[in-house]
Amino acid sequence: MASTTINPTRMELTRLKTRRKTAVRGHKLLKDKRDELMRQFMEIVQKNKELRSRVEQKLMEAHSAFTVASAVMSPEMLEQALSYPKQSVSLDMKFQNIMSVNVPQYTFHTKNDDPAEIFPYGFAQTSGELDDALEALSDVFQDMLELAQVEKTMQLLAQEIEKTRRRVNALEYVMIPEMETNIKYISMKLDENERSSTSRLMKVKDMMLEEQLQKAEQKRLAREAARKAAREAE
Amino acid sequence: MYKIAVMGDRDSILGFQALGLEVFPTEDLNEARRTLHRLAHSDYAVIYITEQLSRSLSADIARYQDAVTPAIILIPGKSGSLGLGSAALRSAVERAVGSDIL
Repeated sequence: MASTTINPTRMELTRLKTRRKTAVRGHKLLKDKRDELMRQFMEIVQKNKELRSRVEQKLMEAHSAFTVASAVMSPEMLEQALSYPKQSVSLDMKFQNIMSVNVPQYTFHTKNDDPAEIFPYGFAQTSGELDDALEALSDVFQDMLELAQVEKTMQLLAQEIEKTRRRVNALEYVMIPEMETNIKYISMKLDENERSSTSRLMKVKDMMLEEQLQKAEQKRLAREAARKAAREAE
Repeated sequence: MYKIAVMGDRDSILGFQALGLEVFPTEDLNEARRTLHRLAHSDYAVIYITEQLSRSLSADIARYQDAVTPAIILIPGKSGSLGLGSAALRSAVERAVGSDIL
């Protein structure tokens, strides 16, 4: 597991231990972040699903109203009626922070507040069906804008969740286990070194003791020899 | 101030013009692609695209998925929904959760 060579030193061990502590803490925090993001995400997905089906249904109604309108009016007339809009819409975008993900919030402003401004034509030359179609369309627009907001939020959250999940997994399955094996390796190596130095010391002590014993023995022998020689001389 | 654009075939999106949105009717693929990128790089915060048109622009649309602006939203064209919008929703769930749980 220890892919790179590591120095089995005490300093390295302390360094690794602090790193592991940080990694474990980071892992816990990221996991919490992921869980919370996921909770928010699921709420938004539900909302998105509802909104989308509503928008699609309403839009289809508006489209069919348009089809009816274009059946009673000539295409040129229809085009002419819609070509010069009186109304114009601009969008204001603010950001909301969901777990450090900036998601947009839209509010739209219309140039004219009068709801009748969506009909940019004289009523004399156009059919009533066109009015119905436009009304249906303006009705769905509010929902469409909300759909845009929710859908973008969902995409941004999905991206963030994916990123966070990868980080959590990398920490949990790669970084932390690797550090643990390295820590184990270093502490084993250090223990081993300690044992070997202890046994070396014991060996040295033994050798020194033996040397002293031999010296004492030699002295004793020398003394005895001297005593013997003295006795013979008498 | 941001703007809202609608792209698709003329008949599907003409009505939005009356609402005050800016419509870019196009049927030609290359032109649609150019328009999309041009809009995305100017101050359009929301771009609605009909599903019919988006089908052939999916790679270009995917490019803006992770950007904050623009939000590219699929809407059904006049010939009905192709289910692409719901498919995008499902793929986002799959991306986040790891499997399709809807």
